[in-house]
Amino acid sequence: MAVVTSMPSPPTSRDERSHEVDHPHSPVAHFGADQPLPLDCGINLSPFQIAYQTYGELNADKSNAILICHALTLDQHVANIHPVTGKGGWWEPMVGAGRPLDTNSYFIICANVIGGCMGSTGPASTNPATGKPWGLDFPVVTIPDMVRAQAMLLDRLGIEALFCVVGGSMGGMQVLQWTAAYPERVFSALPIACATRHSAQNIAFHELGRQAVMADPNWHQGRYAEHATLPHRGLAVARMAAHITYLSDAALHRKFGRRMQDRELPTFSFDADFQVESYLRHQGSSFVERFDANAYLYLTRAMDYFDIAGDHEGVLASAFRGIKTRFCVVSFTSDWLFPTSESRALVHALNASSARVSFAEIETDRGHDAFLLDVPEFFDIARGFLQSAAKARGLANNGARR
Amino acid sequence: MSAEQQVLPLNGFASEPARRYRADHLLVAEMVERGSKVLDVGCGDGDLLQLLEGRGIDGRGIELSREGVNRCVAKGLAVVQGDADTDLVDYPDDAFDYVILSQTLQATRQPKTVLENLLRIGRRAIVSFPNFGFWRLRLQLLIGGHMPRTENLPSTWYDTPNIHFCTIKDFVQLCDETHVKMERAVALDNYGRPLRLNLPWWFWNMFGEQGVFLLSRASKGR
Repeated sequence: MAVVTSMPSPPTSRDERSHEVDHPHSPVAHFGADQPLPLDCGINLSPFQIAYQTYGELNADKSNAILICHALTLDQHVANIHPVTGKGGWWEPMVGAGRPLDTNSYFIICANVIGGCMGSTGPASTNPATGKPWGLDFPVVTIPDMVRAQAMLLDRLGIEALFCVVGGSMGGMQVLQWTAAYPERVFSALPIACATRHSAQNIAFHELGRQAVMADPNWHQGRYAEHATLPHRGLAVARMAAHITYLSDAALHRKFGRRMQDRELPTFSFDADFQVESYLRHQGSSFVERFDANAYLYLTRAMDYFDIAGDHEGVLASAFRGIKTRFCVVSFTSDWLFPTSESRALVHALNASSARVSFAEIETDRGHDAFLLDVPEFFDIARGFLQSAAKARGLANNGARR
Repeated sequence: MSAEQQVLPLNGFASEPARRYRADHLLVAEMVERGSKVLDVGCGDGDLLQLLEGRGIDGRGIELSREGVNRCVAKGLAVVQGDADTDLVDYPDDAFDYVILSQTLQATRQPKTVLENLLRIGRRAIVSFPNFGFWRLRLQLLIGGHMPRTENLPSTWYDTPNIHFCTIKDFVQLCDETHVKMERAVALDNYGRPLRLNLPWWFWNMFGEQGVFLLSRASKGR
């Protein structure tokens, strides 16, 4: 019987990636001992840094800034060539000249989250106390911690209020946290394919991924860098499991069906006979090239802890009471990771708070990942919402192009 | 409802761009005070909401069909997917100055409950509905012996969403029973034009193709 031969091999671009951790190809805001980041776990993180990208130009009264909050395994490279993978930005269909997030009209900021591995301080960063990577000595961070750090970045950039905060999945959680924590700093909010709390099923999937990483003997209790190795098999398995949750049965069937990979007949082995297996293995191995295993543990944990209602005595509407922010909530019919019912619960709470809210459910079979793909109906909605908000904000000449 | 479109020169809005709005929408818009907060239940493609927003009114909408909602949101309107029968209960008391139910009452499962919710959520309600007492409908049933179908109510009996038709007379009676105060009532002919005022109820009930009512909560005394 053949053994599994085509599981991912150790990445080749490790040097490039580890370089990005402390010295990224992005502007970096450094926060010294005088400006610690107070974390929910009780620790003051200091010093720390935030890597970010910007697109477009900030207008004179600093009223056209849009903050994009990125999802779990994405980063600040929204609309530029990624320094590690060499591929285009992850949201290029959405962000650019003439696109819904129009760089001719808006000043767009995206920062790598705290706990990430693309230049903002996280478990892969060098711990100044030891000169080695933080590893599991890094404090556990939360979604509110990420947002607090972003707010400090905006203070640094001199931006008092955001025209809009937008993001999908974990990015959507940050959007909601922004509106709950800093409602006066957010004129409009576009939370996509997200929820106000992480469900038990989603926590379960994250636990599966973390256990896969930690079961890899190369993980070494998070000290793999010092052993000059990587838990690449564990992280690849985690990614493969997670990737299934980002798609849908219908999308997988349409894309792969039961088709064979470069063969006519089954090999009667555990080789990747099916195209879907080959695809998943590729997803796993390419992920290992660009993402840090410990960061994956920390960021999944941050999502698990997210529960806005829990922070407000269990009453979700209390989080948004009296809020002036304009909301546009978007979900996708085939998203079973963050199903429409989660968005609907959010909309009910916003209605109960008399917030100005739009809610659109987009019909698609592409699952949770639909928010990253070219879905014209979704773009029309984002564009319409932003243009209407721009008019209300007095940005009419900016926001009304096209 | 009336397919006829026309520009009605309403007092004070002469400078508005020459855009064609439905006559019943213009009538409803005229009933809403500027600067107020409005919920349009069953807002369709958002034409009425756009008309209202153009007049400085803070408009929100609920629409049953996903396509309708998404078209509204793409126009920048604050619309959510929802059902008048099941979702009005989620809104808090006194959340709006006006709640509008345009050509939707007859399609709800619980018209009385919906009406009560409209006036719980809003200080006032504006309700319009097709009048089943309209002479052409009566004639079709009386002479033709079949369920009426008109240009404005084209569905057959087996695929119509309209499950609770009523006449203007029926609706007035419901308002009396639920202690709702009728501030204004207008009957529109089948071109969407208001019938001449000072006509008796029976005339409206016979010649009105649809009724438009501005309602408010009656004083508590019973």
